[in-house]
Amino acid sequence: MNLDERFRERELCTPLLEKIHRISRLNTRPMRIMEVCGTHTVSIFRHGIRTLLPKEITLLSGPGCPVCVTPAGHIDLCLQAARHPEVVLATFGDLMRVPGSHGSLADARARGEARAEVVYSPMDALAMARQNASVQVVFPAIGFETTAPTIAATVLAAHQQKIGNFSIIPLAKTMPGALLQLLSDDELELSGLLCPGHVSAIIGAKVYQPLVDHFGLGCAVAGFEPADILAGLLALLQQQVHGKARVDNCYPRAVTDQGNIRAQNLLAQVFAPVESEWRGLGSIAASGLALRSEYQQFDAVKRLQLSASQVPDPPACRCGSVLKGLLQPPQCPLYGRSCTPLSPIGPCMVSTEGTCAAYYRYGDDTAANFTTIGNHYSKNSC
Amino acid sequence: MNLPARITLDHGSGGLVSQELISGLFLKYLRCPQLRHLEDCALLEGISGQIAFSTDSYVVDPLFFPGGDIGKLAVHGTINDLAMRGARPIALSLALIMEEGFELTKLERIIASVAESSEAAGVAVVTGDTKVVPRGKADGIFITTTGIGRVANRVFISGTKARPGDVVLLSGTLADHGITIMTAQAGLEVGGDLHSDTQPLHRMVAALLDDVEDAVHVLRDPTRGGLATTLCEIARSSAVEIEVDEEHLPIRPAVATACALIGLDPLYLANEGKCIVICSPEAQYKVLAVMRALPEAADAVCIGRVIDGRAGRVNLRTRIGGQRLLEPLTGQPLPRIC
Repeated sequence: MNLDERFRERELCTPLLEKIHRISRLNTRPMRIMEVCGTHTVSIFRHGIRTLLPKEITLLSGPGCPVCVTPAGHIDLCLQAARHPEVVLATFGDLMRVPGSHGSLADARARGEARAEVVYSPMDALAMARQNASVQVVFPAIGFETTAPTIAATVLAAHQQKIGNFSIIPLAKTMPGALLQLLSDDELELSGLLCPGHVSAIIGAKVYQPLVDHFGLGCAVAGFEPADILAGLLALLQQQVHGKARVDNCYPRAVTDQGNIRAQNLLAQVFAPVESEWRGLGSIAASGLALRSEYQQFDAVKRLQLSASQVPDPPACRCGSVLKGLLQPPQCPLYGRSCTPLSPIGPCMVSTEGTCAAYYRYGDDTAANFTTIGNHYSKNSC
Repeated sequence: MNLPARITLDHGSGGLVSQELISGLFLKYLRCPQLRHLEDCALLEGISGQIAFSTDSYVVDPLFFPGGDIGKLAVHGTINDLAMRGARPIALSLALIMEEGFELTKLERIIASVAESSEAAGVAVVTGDTKVVPRGKADGIFITTTGIGRVANRVFISGTKARPGDVVLLSGTLADHGITIMTAQAGLEVGGDLHSDTQPLHRMVAALLDDVEDAVHVLRDPTRGGLATTLCEIARSSAVEIEVDEEHLPIRPAVATACALIGLDPLYLANEGKCIVICSPEAQYKVLAVMRALPEAADAVCIGRVIDGRAGRVNLRTRIGGQRLLEPLTGQPLPRIC
């Protein structure tokens, strides 16, 4: 397996950094770059990239963590399903601690009110259904274009194998519409967009062209190793200095213009675009993925008669502004005080790729009174 | 003696059926003379110096994993806890809580593994206990081991003793145990060889105390919470700052790949046979030489230094020259969604 180790080498990164510093001196305007993807946010912190950039470059984190943009009302759907006496909710780990309007899945499980198991793939959830005919296995389909094709493949497999005790809560979202909505907010004053590598591998680099055309915004598709990210930032800086916005594909080893056609076809076969609610961004047309009529029987919302409600964000929670890049996490009044990774109030603090969690874990902005907390809801490794 | 295929509540009753299990299975493997007459406690004679005393419980899932099993882990874990204060372990206790219906073949494998590991380590199990709870009230088997050891009066090794100027050494590769368990739990078939690093470290500690005792200030095994959390604890207890060089951190490629795949940070995953040694800088090469001469620390390296910075802070200098603060682990490491 290629871990892209060489894209972490100093020999590759140092020249890129030198070039960024050199070109930055020619740049006369402030440089505000949004990294859309949570994996970028984490990678930037993990490799200490912020500490190496010129002061003039500000990096903002965008709405690129799927757990974070899922509104509390949709989390409640997952909780409702998990509380159903026949249901085992098979979920990605990130979701366990996300607070709904009345606590998280982890809380409900600890109280014995819900059954929830962590899985690493929707196919694992399907296997769980096959092996346990007496329970209904429900998989919360939360994710972007990166995760959705696997979910589509799982639904197809369930259909072919005629598995009657498997269903999904269709909550997956797609990126392009959300970006258009986000960028129409003038407050942001962005100079460039570091476009998500994994999502782009599926949808193709060409989808960003409308952002260039409508907003004159520079775009660079980048991978997740330090050299990838630096190459993306350098491309955006060069675009700004030359006054010419375009889509630069700085991740050609994974991303093409057209994207992964097979995955796109799979998505189109199983899902249809639908209006979807985003935390912080509101309702966005055609930005969600609903099951097509042929696969309705796998819709847990219908099967279990779950009902979503509009739940207001907790008072003082500023996740919405953080997701839009309008606020840096330490500027939120709850950050690091009442909202911490262990007792998160907003979703940005929960997911490992949430902006606030990344700041909290890697940043230097909080009071240093952390505590080490052990195992919370499942068995530890020893 | 015919033992049934599965554990029943009778096996924990203390009556005849319990006795049969103990004589027919436990004593077959655990052969310390202290155990033979099934007394209520063991008597240990002639312990001088400070007595080190530690206990730990083991609930690992799965019970058997590449490189080890719950029995081996329970023996090594407590031996290592004793060793980290500079103790020479003397004896262990073994307490089992089993779920009704637990398979005897599994129990036998575990007890055989306990016996083999304690014999190999030269630290005998001298007393024990068995309880059985109804089905559904436990998950197979839980084990608690308690150990005592002896520490020479002059030795005081502690997480509070790191001081500016000291160097931070690590006895070997990181995250092997944690990633092995996480991938096993997830049922992931990851390429490359993943196996737990569970091993006893008391001989390495004894060698250090024999050769370079005065130079060694802190010994800690970075188990749950991993290297990052353990270093944070030391930095806080000693009121110093610790600086770590990412490029010197030893991580096997298969481990790094698996961590990247699941979305976990190897600095926060458990190790079960590794030791952080913080010692005075002038002794660095001597300490490394002593460690590297032993198989359990053959890959020992210097990973960083203690500085007179902000108390409690652990700063990682990344491979590309950036800086990143390491915070203690919060909650359970969760795999990411995408």
